[in-house]
Amino acid sequence: MNILVCISNVPDTTTKITFTDNNTQFNTNGVQFILNPYDEIALARAIELTDGGNGTVTVINVGDASTEPTIRKALAIGATEAVRINAKPHDAWFVAYQIAQYVKSKPFDLILTGRESIDYNGSKVAGMLGELLDIPSVSIIKKLDVEGDKATVEREIEGGKEVLTVPFPFVAGTAEGVAEPKIPNMRGIMSARTKPLTVIEPVEVKTNSEIISYETPAPRGQVTLVGADDPAKLIELLHTEARVI
Amino acid sequence: MSVLIYAENADGKFKKSTFEAVSYARAIADQGNTTLTALSIGNVSTEELNALANYGADKILNVSNTQLKNFVNQAYASVIVEAAKKEGANVVVLSNSFSGRGLAPRIGVKLDAGVIDGAIALPAQNGGKFTVKKTAFSGKAFATVELTSANKVIALIPNSYEVVEAARPVKVEDFNVDVNPADLKTILKEIVRSTDKVSLPDAEIVVSGGRGLKGPENWGMIEELASLLGAATACSKPVSDAGWRPHSEHVGQTGIAVSPNLYIAVGISGAIQHLAGVSSSKVIVAINKDPEAPIFKVADYGIVGDAFEVVPKLITAIKEHKASA
Repeated sequence: MNILVCISNVPDTTTKITFTDNNTQFNTNGVQFILNPYDEIALARAIELTDGGNGTVTVINVGDASTEPTIRKALAIGATEAVRINAKPHDAWFVAYQIAQYVKSKPFDLILTGRESIDYNGSKVAGMLGELLDIPSVSIIKKLDVEGDKATVEREIEGGKEVLTVPFPFVAGTAEGVAEPKIPNMRGIMSARTKPLTVIEPVEVKTNSEIISYETPAPRGQVTLVGADDPAKLIELLHTEARVI
Repeated sequence: MSVLIYAENADGKFKKSTFEAVSYARAIADQGNTTLTALSIGNVSTEELNALANYGADKILNVSNTQLKNFVNQAYASVIVEAAKKEGANVVVLSNSFSGRGLAPRIGVKLDAGVIDGAIALPAQNGGKFTVKKTAFSGKAFATVELTSANKVIALIPNSYEVVEAARPVKVEDFNVDVNPADLKTILKEIVRSTDKVSLPDAEIVVSGGRGLKGPENWGMIEELASLLGAATACSKPVSDAGWRPHSEHVGQTGIAVSPNLYIAVGISGAIQHLAGVSSSKVIVAINKDPEAPIFKVADYGIVGDAFEVVPKLITAIKEHKASA
């Protein structure tokens, strides 16, 4: 089975988010970039499913050369090879379009993405890829098992889950539960240096969204503290002042 | 030019988040001085369908095709696009639910439309520019995004837009569609719902526990507090990582972002990743024994104290409050 894992290069989860240029650019100064945590789950499951030479895992990233450390990390974790499409990821449509073009030239049995990237939180690439390739897509899955020519997946829904069967090929966005992220070992790190990383140039495509500006949440007011022996006071405040209960 | 709202149901009932999305779509239609069509797919009673008119739909389309009784992403996306074309809709609104997030990108590609998911406010339509504010960086920030395409798809985050009653006399129309068998490759085997619990993404009140609770055996008081308040239960990442609680309860940057009216954090210190997931809460209450815990910096109300002493007292106080109400 040949699996494609789409990966994003995102700010580390501990990053304090700030902006520059009149709040139009994300301030990357001093920011550590990592493999998107949900993509780590996708990659871990792909490696499990192809364990023991039962297929290949290709990772693909749409990004400039600065994303290569993250791509090498994915190779160190256990991907077979990597592809970088040499362009800034303008928006989800741009990314999905580039990846779809690549897949049309080299089909895969299964395409995995993280459920969303933790920077722009799109969760759109999986569905867009499914539509562009005319194959099923499942947006947020918690479990993925292969049974012959199809997979059984569990999809998260509000207050529960759905169990689905989906024939290959299809696209899925993985969330916690699908697999435990893998930590690269020394052998993996060494071999990652020599694994193939192919750089291809993007195809031209019209985009349909532009980020105009950013803002951070308005600071909250001072906390009102209530004595530990008087929770009734808290209930009263929530009822009469905040009016939420 | 018109607006189409896909009115999602769960087990044949519309949720509050659906009515919020209808109200939101009504306001977008009013901005453009145009009409709003609501589309329902699945097995929904006429009485329930009529409720959509209370929030401003000018027209209600009902697809009751038996092949579409259960949600199938591809097939539903095709039906929504067909309805949009039939109605000449250039804006399609959905709820940013788990299903909505699967549908929006497929609809976007089919309609050659820009897609905003995670919308939290009405679009601004000024001088030919159509911009929408959405969450970014997992709740650590917001982005205002311009959609430059003629068609637009917007998925609205639950509990970010108020339901507005705007009743109109509307009849439900049956909308017959031919389903392409290629759209039905995904087969639903089973739906598992924890019916006794409030669903976390929709909850108006959330009671969340952290590592300060010391172990899964101590969650009884969190569940009792949640049940008294009609709240959903949640937890921090270390708690779900330790297997004390399911991953579906993990609130934070790499879990679920919530925007309830009231978020009660018990024994949660408030790491930046956790705060990202709760920053859209209207009111935050923190209960923590460490007065220096970062959670108090974002909390509106707080109690510095041991959760094992404070929460039982809080439960008693709520029971008394309910008895006197």
